[in-house]
Amino acid sequence: MNSRDEVPAIEADGLTKRYGDSVAVDGISFAIESGSITGLLGGNGAGKTTTIGMMMGLVAPSAGAIRVFGADMALEPYRSLHRMNFESPYVDLPHRLTVRENLKVFGLLYGIEDIATRIARLAQDLDLTEFLDRAAGKLSAGQKTRVALAKALINEPDLLVLDEPTASLDPDTADWIRGHLERYRAGHNATILLASHNMFEVERLCDRVIMMKRGQIVDDGAPEELIERYGRQNLEEVFLDVARGRREPKPAEDAAE
Amino acid sequence: MTTPCPSFSPRRIGAMVLRHWYLLRSSWPRLFELMYWPMVQMFMWGFLQLGVARAGDGAMVAATATFLAAFFLWDVLFRGQLGFSMSFLEEMWARNLPNLMISPLRPVEFVLSLMAMSVIRLMVGFLPVTVAAIWFFGFNLWGLGLALAVFFFNLFLTAWAVGMFCSGLVLRNGMGAEGLAWSLMFILLPLSCVYYPVTTLPAWLQPVAWALPPTAVFEGMRALVLEHAFRPDLMAWAFGLNALWFVAGAIAFFWLLRGARAAGSLISVGE
Repeated sequence: MNSRDEVPAIEADGLTKRYGDSVAVDGISFAIESGSITGLLGGNGAGKTTTIGMMMGLVAPSAGAIRVFGADMALEPYRSLHRMNFESPYVDLPHRLTVRENLKVFGLLYGIEDIATRIARLAQDLDLTEFLDRAAGKLSAGQKTRVALAKALINEPDLLVLDEPTASLDPDTADWIRGHLERYRAGHNATILLASHNMFEVERLCDRVIMMKRGQIVDDGAPEELIERYGRQNLEEVFLDVARGRREPKPAEDAAE
Repeated sequence: MTTPCPSFSPRRIGAMVLRHWYLLRSSWPRLFELMYWPMVQMFMWGFLQLGVARAGDGAMVAATATFLAAFFLWDVLFRGQLGFSMSFLEEMWARNLPNLMISPLRPVEFVLSLMAMSVIRLMVGFLPVTVAAIWFFGFNLWGLGLALAVFFFNLFLTAWAVGMFCSGLVLRNGMGAEGLAWSLMFILLPLSCVYYPVTTLPAWLQPVAWALPPTAVFEGMRALVLEHAFRPDLMAWAFGLNALWFVAGAIAFFWLLRGARAAGSLISVGE
């Protein structure tokens, strides 16, 4: 746990979201410790995006609560938002602004004191220097992802929420991004929450996996624990078992044998 | 690296203004569009006024003498609202809204930055057109003096109130409500008596007109141009109504934002 925090980085308590008669998230509870990398897994419609939305204060829960660094995100999001950041391929940065202009705007929004130095450091770390003055909309998918990650790291967040951070990237760029995330966590004792459909990525990065289905948490544990529990070779097979409901986890004593 | 997060920060408002300034600077079609339509309108009303003046019909000349001033003030109202709403819509089109909503930027700061942008966008288009009006038609809007500032202030308050309402509708209902940002203000064009006195309307419609803040501004403009009389009573009426409209617009925006959070609209922007 981060020395600044006596509370979990993220804590959900009976978190529920209903849209009319449809239940997107169904009374889930979990706690995530500071400094960990946690994967949030589930098929389409499992409730991951809604859970992340509530975590970021974008969606109001119907019942229950989600707290980030102790702040209830439905009631007092601004107590924690400056310590968080988010990256998703489904959210863009303004295309006509250059990379440098985008980073400067977000640096100002997050209250960064020496923005020029921070941008230079991020450009160096994420290999952005050669296209800092290019319009964000004119970059390749891999370059855009690196820029989005630079935006997500502009405030050196204590909590980084990533929604499919390597979607549509070539294996080399995806590997490079994963390596950077590992270094960032190690260097800052940051908490990372990762929603991904790439099971190889989850196995490599995550200390813990929370599996969701139809708005509920159906399993929770370290990747290797889950693989053992389901008697499978890798996390992808576990994911398919959970998604298709075709195999229950083995009883604990069997798994231990 | 980060400073403590104050609950109100002019720096964050400045960041949003800078973001939109970068956008305008990078896009000549956007800059051109700010000037194009006001320029076309100014020429149309200017030539109409000139044509009537040359025909020499005294009553008509008096009636049309206010057309250019009315056009300019209508443009302040319409472009003021459009500047607010367009700056907001740029965030929706860019799919950037979630980035802003999860940042320390407070909704009230966001609204203030949109108000600032509405003034900047209007001035970028408006200043060259007023200069052109002096050059081509000898009409100096700025000659209205201090009264012009009072007119502007009142019209901007109305524009911001409508802008907040339209933006809130888009937040809550998605881009399906985008058309309202372009068209809602036009309901005020006939009712707020931009080009004719309130007495032109049927008696039953006149109370409706007087409930609209711009009506008093346009009546005040006509009194100034035709009778050279500044009407503080009309301006006080406009300001009182505007205060109500502005508060109603702000309440609507924050209520619709709350509704958007409840409906999950903020994680499906653009749809």
